Amino acid sequence: AGKSTVDEEVLDNLEEALVSADVGIETTIEIIKRIEARVSKDKYVGSGELNKLLQEEIEAVLVDAPEQSYRNFDTPPDKKPYVILVVGVNGVGKTTTIGKLAHNYKKAGKQVILGAADTFRAAAVDQLTIWSERVGVPIVKQAMGSDPGAVAFDTMQSAMARGSEVVIIDTAGRLHNKAHLMDELGKIKRVIQKVVPDAPHEVLLVLDGSTGQNALVQAKQFTATTDVSALAITKLDGTAKGGVVLAIASQLQIPVKYIGVGEKIDDLLIFDKHEFVDSLFKIAE
Amino acid sequence: MFQNLSERLESAFKNLKGEARISELNIANTVKDIRRALIDADVNYKIAKEFTDKVKDKALGEKVLNAISPGQLMVKIVQDELAELMGGKEAEFSITGNPAVILIAGLQGSGKTTFTGKLANYLKTKKGKSPLVVAADIYRPAAIDQLTVLAEQIGVDIYAERDNNDAVAIAQNAIKEAKAKNKNVVIIDTAGRLAVDEVMMTEVANIKAAVGPTEILFVVDSMTGQDAVNTAKAFNERLDFSGVVLTKLDGDTRGGAALSIQYTVNKPIKFVSSGEKMETLDVFYPERMAQRILGM
Ligand SMILES: Nc1nc2c(ncn2[C@@H]2O[C@H](COP(=O)(O)OP(=O)(O)OP(=O)(O)O)[C@@H](O)[C@H]2O)c(=O)[nH]1
Ligand SMILES: Nc1nc2c(ncn2[C@@H]2O[C@H](COP(=O)(O)OP(=O)(O)OP(=O)(O)O)[C@@H](O)[C@H]2O)c(=O)[nH]1
Ligand SMILES: [K+]
Ligand SMILES: [Mg+2]
Ligand SMILES: [Mg+2]
Repeated sequence: AGKSTVDEEVLDNLEEALVSADVGIETTIEIIKRIEARVSKDKYVGSGELNKLLQEEIEAVLVDAPEQSYRNFDTPPDKKPYVILVVGVNGVGKTTTIGKLAHNYKKAGKQVILGAADTFRAAAVDQLTIWSERVGVPIVKQAMGSDPGAVAFDTMQSAMARGSEVVIIDTAGRLHNKAHLMDELGKIKRVIQKVVPDAPHEVLLVLDGSTGQNALVQAKQFTATTDVSALAITKLDGTAKGGVVLAIASQLQIPVKYIGVGEKIDDLLIFDKHEFVDSLFKIAE
Repeated sequence: MFQNLSERLESAFKNLKGEARISELNIANTVKDIRRALIDADVNYKIAKEFTDKVKDKALGEKVLNAISPGQLMVKIVQDELAELMGGKEAEFSITGNPAVILIAGLQGSGKTTFTGKLANYLKTKKGKSPLVVAADIYRPAAIDQLTVLAEQIGVDIYAERDNNDAVAIAQNAIKEAKAKNKNVVIIDTAGRLAVDEVMMTEVANIKAAVGPTEILFVVDSMTGQDAVNTAKAFNERLDFSGVVLTKLDGDTRGGAALSIQYTVNKPIKFVSSGEKMETLDVFYPERMAQRILGM
């Protein structure tokens, strides 16, 4: 701001802002190159014009979902039940996001059912049960330690029997570099397909907004195993920016659908490109 | 990606052949390379800059001709500097006091509750202590159940009050209980909180004031990005914590947050956590961390 030419200093400041928002060096350089290509250096560009350019170039990196009905928590009519499998590394906010999603689908008039396929983490089933009670939707669960595939299968069958419209299945947090745990996810997916062959219709990868460059590796690995179709970025109510999704979008073409902005039931927002890009440049403090 | 910084530096130094000393000019690209490697590892942007400037100053004037491999010489300077930064302080962990009180704090999902279990297990099995874990997270759904399951797994007593929504009072009552039951270490698990959440930051500061902890451990996810600096600074301002716990190191993150935090608050990393099982707790090895951050 205040500058009227796009010179070295402006570009350096831009680099600092993007890297500080976790965009990563590679993607930052890509974006800067695009800006440079659009304004030949040292040519007069008002700061308002530069900001607009930036907005455009960065928003262009963020892909849109092919289908937009999610914005109203609607589901495609030919997909009933609409099955969402929620995956991600440990502690990112999967279970909480499921609670919030269920609440929103219910508010939109959908019959929702939850599946507690995290049978591993201490009290994971209790946690999802409390969310199901808060929201007021049924949950399918088994004892801790039981086979997560079996829980997923039960959930699918129960959904069919009840005529549920939305099924959301929670899974245990797992680090993407643990092959046996990733294989287990693949298995859960196949079990779901035994009941509904074209399910899951959404594989939602939850990313912690405060995670740095490792989120890109997470996205790659989870996509390789489960064909991730959408992202949710959590904990954006803090000072972290979640800029690494730019790298993910540019390299893997996965759309961000939701953001988490708190721990309460209403703290889920539909991802808004424009606001997100805006927030990348807002300095903390 | 900077798969092998060593190799990259080696090739950068090829142009140095024939030059006797490292100079401002011939080192510029190498310094840039190192800086990018650090940023790629999630080291904070400003810190990566300061750090590489420092490294550059150290390297200037060094004789490269005599070194068997100038690239390795540079790597060594970087590594030494990193290791010194991360291991400079003696990381003692105090369990004196009767009971010793350990307060656990950090962001949501960083691994506090799991670490509480691990630490209790470690103190019980390795140090012959008799710990009491305290469930002072009154917010997260099933937080008490989670700690209860872990406590059962490791055979340690837990203090919880399901109907009390005053975390400070719970912590105070737990200490009374510990005294009555001859427990010599009390580990207080608190709710996850964001540094910008004024009410929650005040709560944990109040817990500190009420129980006078022997150790305050700040638990950080090793995958944390640039924000590690803000968070560490804010928690340190409110709690003046005595040490850091790095979690989820069983992943493949480079863990640059470790460097950022030490650089920012100058507090030692006292433990690392690398798994979901109760036994996966380790002390911190600065050299290992330095190599990890550099991707070597
Ligand atoms: N501030 C904030 N906290 C969040 C948000 N989403 C989740 N959390 C908190 O993050 C912590 C972890 O959330 P969980 O939903 O248990 O995460 P998870 O991915 O299911 O964790 P595991 O099942 O253990 O892998 C909890 O304390 C949540 O309340 C968010 O958008 N903002
Ligand atoms: N792989 C791995 N997972 C871990 C490690 N430490 C904790 N976890 C997992 O990370 C998730 C979050 O851990 P918690 O101990 O619940 O984190 P917390 O900080 O207490 O979370 P809140 O109380 O919600 O703020 C759980 O799935 C744990 O099993 C670790 O070192 N490695
Ligand atoms: K985290
Ligand atoms: Mg969960
Ligand atoms: Mg906890």
